[in-house]
Amino acid sequence: MSVITEKSACMGRIYVDHAATTRPLPEVVDAMIPYLREDYGSPQSFHVLGSAPAKAMQHAREQVGALIGAPASQITFTSGGAEANNLAVKGAAFAAQRRGKHIVTTEVEHFAVTHSVKFLEKFGFETTFVGVDKYGRVDPQALVDALRDDTILVSVQIANQEVGTIQPVAEISRRVKERDAKIIVHADGTYAVGLIPVDVDELGVDLLSLTAHRFHGPKGAGALYARKGVRLTPLIHGGVQESGKRAGMENVPAIVGLGVAAARAMEEMAERVARVRAMRDRLERGLIERMENISVNGHPEHRLPGYLDISIEGIEGEGTLVRLDMQGVAVASGSACASMALKGSAVLHAIGVDEVLAQGSILITLGMDNTEEDVDRLLEDFPQVVAKLRAMSPIYGQRTHYFR
Amino acid sequence: MQHTDYSAKVIDHFMNPRNMGELEEADAVGTVGSPACGDMMDIYLKVEDDRIVNASFKTFGCTAAIANSSMMTEMVKGMRLDEAENLKNRDIEAALDGLPPHKIHCSTLAADALHEAIKSYRERHTTGAQAEQKAVTP
Repeated sequence: MSVITEKSACMGRIYVDHAATTRPLPEVVDAMIPYLREDYGSPQSFHVLGSAPAKAMQHAREQVGALIGAPASQITFTSGGAEANNLAVKGAAFAAQRRGKHIVTTEVEHFAVTHSVKFLEKFGFETTFVGVDKYGRVDPQALVDALRDDTILVSVQIANQEVGTIQPVAEISRRVKERDAKIIVHADGTYAVGLIPVDVDELGVDLLSLTAHRFHGPKGAGALYARKGVRLTPLIHGGVQESGKRAGMENVPAIVGLGVAAARAMEEMAERVARVRAMRDRLERGLIERMENISVNGHPEHRLPGYLDISIEGIEGEGTLVRLDMQGVAVASGSACASMALKGSAVLHAIGVDEVLAQGSILITLGMDNTEEDVDRLLEDFPQVVAKLRAMSPIYGQRTHYFR
Repeated sequence: MQHTDYSAKVIDHFMNPRNMGELEEADAVGTVGSPACGDMMDIYLKVEDDRIVNASFKTFGCTAAIANSSMMTEMVKGMRLDEAENLKNRDIEAALDGLPPHKIHCSTLAADALHEAIKSYRERHTTGAQAEQKAVTP
């Protein structure tokens, strides 16, 4: 942990955009290197060069399984979270379509889920999108009310990518299964696994997706847990890898990295959660004290420890982001101008945040590599940037037009 | 994109905007855009003898929006009204050494705000003869 904090202090930059991605741990990188150098063999090979990679992958599978309370045999490695979500949604839907073609999900899912269900419409599937409350939380009753006799799949995230709200997945799962045990329950855990405790039996889910780069593993590796007996139509055909669920040469280095990151996350979970939450709470209190007319989005209690999404009256997000970036502070924004698609945040819209206010939203996500000094710096820089932009704004403060 | 995709001039006008604020006793104000879209500009002009002697802006918008309004107000100071009426968005873009493609609309917004301001000035300062003519025509 200390190596990471030393490095960011040296560079004069602070990184508080952990929602986007996280820095791989040094030991993660060290563990990966041999599989890029001498141990480059294919895990499928019968000759001895396949031996180390095959063993390493099995070990990683066990490490990932341990993190989520699942047997290694029920873990399928993928290229990341998007692929895991695609495999879960499309794979489960195609496999179960003889029973029905209705899917239930929420309005605040990650695009990997939303776009997957939209794609399935071309094949005659129908999706009901359940709304959320002002904190971004879905009501289990509302979800159960959306179930039909032809519902085959429910997909709900464990935690929201934009405001960090944690959904009542265990309750949802229990109530869906009570209604119809054959409905497959998928939990998108790509923003939660490795950050907060997640156990597949506690949650009672059939499918769970996760991704390495969320919790200090490398990019390029994720996984889908599938409970025994849950059928999935593969998306990628072409070989016997991953027990026939996902063909293609496995990204052994990245998978090894994923395993190490998972093991560290499991060991250090309680400590990381406590420390990050304490820093975030201090930052939140401090910013509210120093700035007027701001509001925090997301659930006050059921929220990821590092998340602070704020709507700031009178200013626009991309400009705020760039100003902070120029000062060495890396954050994110939900404003339309901060997206290449020039589209505003669907999540903030679903929560009911005013359109204009949504343009002035900034997402700060702390991680285990942040320090108290980082928080101090944010408390210093952020209000200054906001004040400067508010002075420029025609919609903050009084407008006084004089005419001669 | 990253902020490094913006030109040095855009970054300069964004970090150190010129002519920021309202003009007391402005002769004309032009407002374009809407906060719901993430882009809104107020342009203030002071005019003497059909020449812009001062200009300022207030902008709710991204880096490019702020930079364009700042640059535009610098460019029009000293221009005659008819010169300023001919200022195009690509002139502002060129002065800023270019904009990323998805931000070009910010220069259009700045040009539109300027033209709105000039239009509002013209409407309020029609000459005596024109005013009489207007009064006569039903």
